[in-house]
Amino acid sequence: MAIYIAVGVVFLFRLFSLQVVDKKYKALADNNALRYVTQYPARGKVYDRNGELLVFNEAVYDLMVVPRQTVVKDTLSPLYPFDTLGFCQLLDIDKASFVERMQKAKKESYVKPSAFMTQVPKEDYAHIAEVLYRFPGFFFQTRTVRHYPQVIAAHTLGDIGEVSKGEMERDEYYKMGDYIGKSGIEKSYEKELRGEKGLKVVMVDVHNREMGSFDNGSLDRDPVAGKDIYLGMDATLQAYGERLMRNKVGSIVAIEPATGQILAFVSSPTYDPNLLVGRERGKHFQELMKDPMKPLINRAVSGSYPPGSTFKTVVGLIAMQSGSITPATCFHCSGLGSMPIKCTHSHGSSPNFANAIMNSCNPYFYESFKATINNPKFGGVKKGYEYWKEMTMKLGFGQKFGTDIPSELGGNIPSREYYDKMYGGQWNAVTIRSLGIGQGEVLATPLQLANIAATIANEGYYYPPHLIKAFGDGTPLPEVMTTKMETGIEQRHFKVMKAGLRTVFNGPAGTARRYEMNDIAQCGKTGTAQNPHGNNHSLFIAFAPAEDPKIAIAVIVENSGYGATWAAPIASLMIEKYIRGHVERPELEKRMMEGVVIYKKER
Amino acid sequence: MNERNKIIGKIDWLTVLIYLALVMVGWFSIFSAKYDEMHPNIFDLSQVYGKQLIWIGASLLAGFVVLLIDAKFFNVFSLWVYVVVLVALFFVLVYGKATKGAVSWIDLGAGVKFQPSEFAKMATALALAGYLDRLDVDLGKLKNRLAVYAIVLTPMALVLLQNDTGSALVFVSFVFVFYREGLPGAGLVMLAGAVAALLFVLTLVWSQKVMYIVLGSLMALTLLFQILFTKRRHILSAVAVFVVMFGFVFSVDYAFDNILQEHQRNRILVLLGQLDDPKGVGYNVHQSKIAIGSGGLQGKGFLQGTQTKFDFVPEQHTDFIFCTVGEEGGFKGTAAVVLLYMALLIRLVALAERQRSTFSRVYGYGIAGIIFVHFAINIGMTIGVVPVIGIPLPFLSYGGSSMLAFSIMLAIFVKQDANRLNIL
Repeated sequence: MAIYIAVGVVFLFRLFSLQVVDKKYKALADNNALRYVTQYPARGKVYDRNGELLVFNEAVYDLMVVPRQTVVKDTLSPLYPFDTLGFCQLLDIDKASFVERMQKAKKESYVKPSAFMTQVPKEDYAHIAEVLYRFPGFFFQTRTVRHYPQVIAAHTLGDIGEVSKGEMERDEYYKMGDYIGKSGIEKSYEKELRGEKGLKVVMVDVHNREMGSFDNGSLDRDPVAGKDIYLGMDATLQAYGERLMRNKVGSIVAIEPATGQILAFVSSPTYDPNLLVGRERGKHFQELMKDPMKPLINRAVSGSYPPGSTFKTVVGLIAMQSGSITPATCFHCSGLGSMPIKCTHSHGSSPNFANAIMNSCNPYFYESFKATINNPKFGGVKKGYEYWKEMTMKLGFGQKFGTDIPSELGGNIPSREYYDKMYGGQWNAVTIRSLGIGQGEVLATPLQLANIAATIANEGYYYPPHLIKAFGDGTPLPEVMTTKMETGIEQRHFKVMKAGLRTVFNGPAGTARRYEMNDIAQCGKTGTAQNPHGNNHSLFIAFAPAEDPKIAIAVIVENSGYGATWAAPIASLMIEKYIRGHVERPELEKRMMEGVVIYKKER
Repeated sequence: MNERNKIIGKIDWLTVLIYLALVMVGWFSIFSAKYDEMHPNIFDLSQVYGKQLIWIGASLLAGFVVLLIDAKFFNVFSLWVYVVVLVALFFVLVYGKATKGAVSWIDLGAGVKFQPSEFAKMATALALAGYLDRLDVDLGKLKNRLAVYAIVLTPMALVLLQNDTGSALVFVSFVFVFYREGLPGAGLVMLAGAVAALLFVLTLVWSQKVMYIVLGSLMALTLLFQILFTKRRHILSAVAVFVVMFGFVFSVDYAFDNILQEHQRNRILVLLGQLDDPKGVGYNVHQSKIAIGSGGLQGKGFLQGTQTKFDFVPEQHTDFIFCTVGEEGGFKGTAAVVLLYMALLIRLVALAERQRSTFSRVYGYGIAGIIFVHFAINIGMTIGVVPVIGIPLPFLSYGGSSMLAFSIMLAIFVKQDANRLNIL
């Protein structure tokens, strides 16, 4: 029994000292309410490859509310009762809107701050803040929005927006009113760019005045700024590409072959990234969504196109690697009279591979494709086709690269099973002949086409194309972007291919001979792709300089006709702009920039 | 009718009044801790305070039923109650639900969960009382002593396996019963326990090296004293005691680092002031002390607490309910609650002493010990003199199993006491 009394007495003494003698705790809590103010970190900035600023932050003000503190119970207080009418006038909202916003905030939390009105413009902020003391429970919280000094690369940079309910549920980091990357690199590097939120706990008296930090800031946490990001993109080249693609529908993708970094990533039509910032974001987003030209789609990765003749590079490489043809192989061509695929170019039978590339001879590549999948060493056309598909995928087709590019599509290389089903198991090289010239079921994204150009430029390998060049703090890039991808095709075949692609520019019958420059050795391949949406797509893949490639590029201009008419000159201008820094073909440049190629869809 | 009147006249109303006072303090504190202006009605059954009212009602009903049952029933069926609870504990281990790291709940469906460990304490007290009441049991016999240990240690081990260290610790309270019933060595065990606790704390605060020096000097002094001033020298036993103490100190670091779990280590270090981390592991205690300390002498008044309203103190309505009492009731409130507990404990011991049967006496001491350990650990934790151990404050904390178990436990004893004169 003694121990019961002893412990009780000890407790009484301890409680007396804690509650009556020690004034420290009283001071910490007396008559004060605490306000948790989230300290938003500066979101990381984005630069281009040369350190030019592409995205930075601008301060905006969010009006926050703690619903419980808006209820004034003290009838003697000058703030009693809450002046709803005055408050609505101040903010220029009606009563219904006030009630609705308040309900939403209460639902979020009754005792913790929620956003009442986000991104109050700077002009309004000043005069609201001045009289805000009259409205208990309300206070401003500063945060930043994104600003894009150069109106380029909207699809790449992406945008940020308020978190959705689903996003909040998936990651507890986010609270209502927080911002999160919604598209582009804002989305793929959300974790790196956002940093870590901090917290400041301040005491607030009954008059809604801040009385300093709580407990000497023992609960405060400083925010950690987000990481800056350097993109592989060249802002000048990107801007140039967007100007070339104005009034055209399509895409340009340029890659640095040695690294896989994306130098230019154009999707046309595009939009001003600043439209998707601020309070009008929702409205602008709706407008862009409704636009029949679909400017929000990033055609560079979300567009799947038949690659047309640009795909002959792939067919040719695989045919050589499998030993089905040699650089000296000759296939007969009867021009328009060729069977089963006619040739759109009138030329004599190609005496060798390079000549066939220069003339973009359809029968030659159909025969090469047939020779590959019928090659006796595979034991049957289906086994042969499986080999062909595997090699195609090693060259980067039919699958996503999975680096840092959101909404990436994988294109399509049909499987053997697909054909088995389609033709009831009865099919052969003739059935699927269109694959040999990049038509039929085969689909590729402009990114994949640029990548094959880079792979040929590198003579046999590629680095998965990616947007980022480096993190501002030197964090190493994810392994997927720095892993060298081997294609399983020998270098000697690439050398043959390269020579062939060079003749496209400098050969007497080269499809892009009009765009040859004297001092920059370009290699390329035109493509004119039939498609179900109307006129042929104009395609071109290229790289330069031939011996030390600095840039590999793919251009597609939808429904504009021959590859040599639009895509090839645009690609060539891009190459010149990047390597020379300026363009010495002003007439060509003018013609391309002013050209309007918008095919009206009949629907 | 006559029979019931007799019971009402004979029960110890002082105990019942203290019980009702504590329950009311608890209910109002839970209301205040969880008060929400959208649900301002204390009878709102959708809120925890409304639910607590249901549990209080259920407990009063259960207590009343207990008072109507024949007093001998509990002695006769004590073993069966004990067995049923052991089975339930075992069942929890296999099928139980984990809450905050401890697997101690059985989901009865319809949102009702049941925590057998709360009932295990009472069942153990009953079983112990029932066993010691048997005429052939003599604590001088080794066989009987082993049986007594088994009765206490079996449920304790099962609760420990549920990872519910706090509830397991409560079983230590039966050492008071052993002491009262003259179990040989019980006093020595208590003394050794106290010395061990002291050595443990000092080792963590001062480090092993310092402790070796301190113990070494103490041993030298003791031996010197014995040689110089006493005739009956117990040099060998003194040396043996010190060797054991050295061994204990030696093993403290190992035990601390390897046997305790990280959160337990941290809680102990925070308590000893070895770890200052008010934002991290020390958060609960820091906030709890602010809440209680800010109450002052008078308290801030019912529903006027600021610390409690912001969910500063986690587990405000369960394990940390005493914070609300401290903040809103001030020292007057906390002193009243502590005095109520002291009064209850003293009254229970006094009642136990006046029992004629061994069963009632042992049971009385048993439940007094249980309530005491809960009281000491829980309040000690909220004011930062005991490490954070999650066990409820009897009659105050929110929780159906705890409220029911403690109420029935107390009611059984009140019934035994009312019936004491019928025992020859």
